[in-house]
Amino acid sequence: MYTHQILVVGGGLAGCRAAVAAADLGANVAILSRVHPVRSHSGAAQGGINGALGTADPKDSPEAHTYFTIKGSDFLADQDAVQTMCQEAPSRIIEMEHWGAPFSRMEDGRIAQRPFGGAGFPRTCFSADKTGHVLMHTLFEQCLKRQVQVYEERHILSLVVDQDPKNPAARRARGVIALHMTEGKLESYRADAVIMATGGAGRIYRKTTNAHVNTGIGMALAYWKGAPLEDMEFVQFHPTGLFGTNILISEGARAEGGYLKNKDGERFMKRYAEKFMELAPRDIVARAIATEINEGRGYPGGYVHLDLTHVGRERIEERLPGIRDLSINFAGVDPVEAPIPIQPSHHYTMGGIACDINGTTPLPGLYACGETACVSVHGANRLGGNSLLETVVFGARAGAAAAQYAKANPTEANGKIFDAETQAAEKKIRGLGQGEATEDYAAIKTEMGNTMDDQVQVFRNEKDLRRALDKIRELKGRFPGVRLRRKGLRYNLDLIHILELEAMLDLAEVITLGALARTESRGSHSRTDHPTRDDTHWLKHTLATHTPQGPKLDYKPVTITQWKPEARVY
Amino acid sequence: MAAETQAKPAETQPTAAPAMQASTQAIVTFKIYRHEPTVEKTPHFQTYPVETRPGLTVLDALIHLLDTQDGSLAVRYSCRHAVCGSCAMDINGKNMLACQTQVARLGPEVTLRPLTGLPVVRDLVCDMTNFFRKYNLITPYLVNKTKDEKDLTREWLQSPRDRKKIDHEIGCIMCGCCEGACPVLWTDENYLGPSAIAKAWRFIADTRDEGIQERIGILDSQYGVWRCHTAFGCVEACPKNIPLTESIEKARRRIIRYRLRGK
Repeated sequence: MYTHQILVVGGGLAGCRAAVAAADLGANVAILSRVHPVRSHSGAAQGGINGALGTADPKDSPEAHTYFTIKGSDFLADQDAVQTMCQEAPSRIIEMEHWGAPFSRMEDGRIAQRPFGGAGFPRTCFSADKTGHVLMHTLFEQCLKRQVQVYEERHILSLVVDQDPKNPAARRARGVIALHMTEGKLESYRADAVIMATGGAGRIYRKTTNAHVNTGIGMALAYWKGAPLEDMEFVQFHPTGLFGTNILISEGARAEGGYLKNKDGERFMKRYAEKFMELAPRDIVARAIATEINEGRGYPGGYVHLDLTHVGRERIEERLPGIRDLSINFAGVDPVEAPIPIQPSHHYTMGGIACDINGTTPLPGLYACGETACVSVHGANRLGGNSLLETVVFGARAGAAAAQYAKANPTEANGKIFDAETQAAEKKIRGLGQGEATEDYAAIKTEMGNTMDDQVQVFRNEKDLRRALDKIRELKGRFPGVRLRRKGLRYNLDLIHILELEAMLDLAEVITLGALARTESRGSHSRTDHPTRDDTHWLKHTLATHTPQGPKLDYKPVTITQWKPEARVY
Repeated sequence: MAAETQAKPAETQPTAAPAMQASTQAIVTFKIYRHEPTVEKTPHFQTYPVETRPGLTVLDALIHLLDTQDGSLAVRYSCRHAVCGSCAMDINGKNMLACQTQVARLGPEVTLRPLTGLPVVRDLVCDMTNFFRKYNLITPYLVNKTKDEKDLTREWLQSPRDRKKIDHEIGCIMCGCCEGACPVLWTDENYLGPSAIAKAWRFIADTRDEGIQERIGILDSQYGVWRCHTAFGCVEACPKNIPLTESIEKARRRIIRYRLRGK
């Protein structure tokens, strides 16, 4: 049994920022992570982090940032949360700079900024096209400086929830049961508060920019223990995933002047967003590309071109060196000389564990931050550059709130619940090893991914969504027939993949059910059978609660402060 | 360090692999190092036929094998586009990232081993504990002594020219390709190694940093910069094209200056 005041599950940007905040308040904090923190998917973020520093354009302000974020969200974001994020953005970014983040600079030495989609002003701070990577390293370094304990390569088997000793009627998060991957043994971690920061759930889709570890496990762990998931039907498709592998090609490529062209060589964005063109918000650009492809103006196989050839070698080498390497290594195309083939690809989970601006979830003792959480600042569509911002703003807030909660509510050691949870986990693993397999893990995973790619995609309709829901429920029914092909627990990927698949199937069901229920088009959720936004009936957040029969959907109002919903024209 | 070092694999009979369906695509043979040091005394190679297609990477092939042929393979991977640094391994004798290596460029036989010189957890997964321990020794964070860190009203200025000085080193993804390609490390695992030294240089060369004193002790020690034999194994192996030997050389010059001037 390991004991800490705070356990942070996930070592990406949000998790590390939460750990730093908790440590700065004197809490004993530890990070558990599926991969070593520097290998987290936060490091794959390329284009930048938004904050109204006003270096590139002094007219920019946190208020402008707030407005464009709310408009980008198609008015589903909670406006108080967006205000908090945009007000705190400059401080959090400058803090990262003081901690060593090597931002790209203007001639006068201030942090450089580039224009991003739907932002209104050039507000995105960056480090070439490796922004997530350098921020990840910087925050991990700050964890080392504070001697935060890191338990790396731990797969979390369950979130331990017990009665609150002070209030027996209430439940409370108490810790986790983890699988130590390299030693192959189960471990118990007890804490006074648990912060879930395990990132998004991209691998539910096959055509995704996300890393293989982005399975949404933290969302599922919380969901299974009663924490509701919010707005899961809002899934972001990035306009420019590399054709063939769906590797992310940063919005920075368009920020630096890249054009989108169809097979006729036409800059088609003029027909979809006359003013913002390639730098319209992602949902609009993704729909434009999908429309071009669907209407026969894409290239065979289903892609269009991202053309950087006019940007010039020097600027590409300075501002987009990573994009150039990726294009050469994974598509055999040098963007200095030829356009990059791209297609919309699953990219980001706007929804997540429902929480407030301090990461507080409805389950006492459980906090959430980063992509795992739904605060909600992204609403129905996230603006590029706001996800890195979310990790540092709400990571810091969740870390501080959890530390205060832990200090005020220290728990007594209760071994019994941990023993019971460990035994349950052992039993489950044993069961997976007994008897003959009647189902193939990989086949179920592939069918799930194809279903989501084809039917819960950029454009949705009732028929597709019903078919998808049936399919996912069929797959859930087949899942118990899966068996382990390897018994030993040391680095047993077979076991971890099976457990992750179980989580992904449940999340896929929540996404699809939420999408089917929402009979309107808002942000990333575009229903061809309900093509307009319906503020009368649907200006509300979806909440999905786990029941043995499947997800139960409820709704809650959106917090509107001063920006009344308006038509979204770019 | 607890884990055992790599034993020499026995070139014994590889286990027969399931037959693949006939196809017009070329079949490449994957020879994979298999070993669980705590259970088996000696490692062995196992062979698998892999159907290639244009664009197939070594990692794609490994995931395919894991999914369809052998659920017992151990390989560390995550991002699949050369940024997380998980899948460094010895591919046909050279340290590379499996995700960034096209099968088509490797010929009819692909031999995969864990990184040379590092202890093995299982199969292709190395124990990186010592690698990260050494990184911890170089005071791996920006050291500030004179500026007000709590003043968040404005950034500390840095010219684009100064920022450029650390452009290479900040690209390090800590994959360990260099660590496994350094002949000095094959004889002494306590040598800081190219990655940790380049990281130290990343801070020393950063105009905002004031931590030379904290780092000089370890860099100028018997495990520090002077152990480099300029064999350039690290430079050859680095999947991010970081000129590591040059970083080490720059650190050496800085240490000499520090010795002469005392700062």
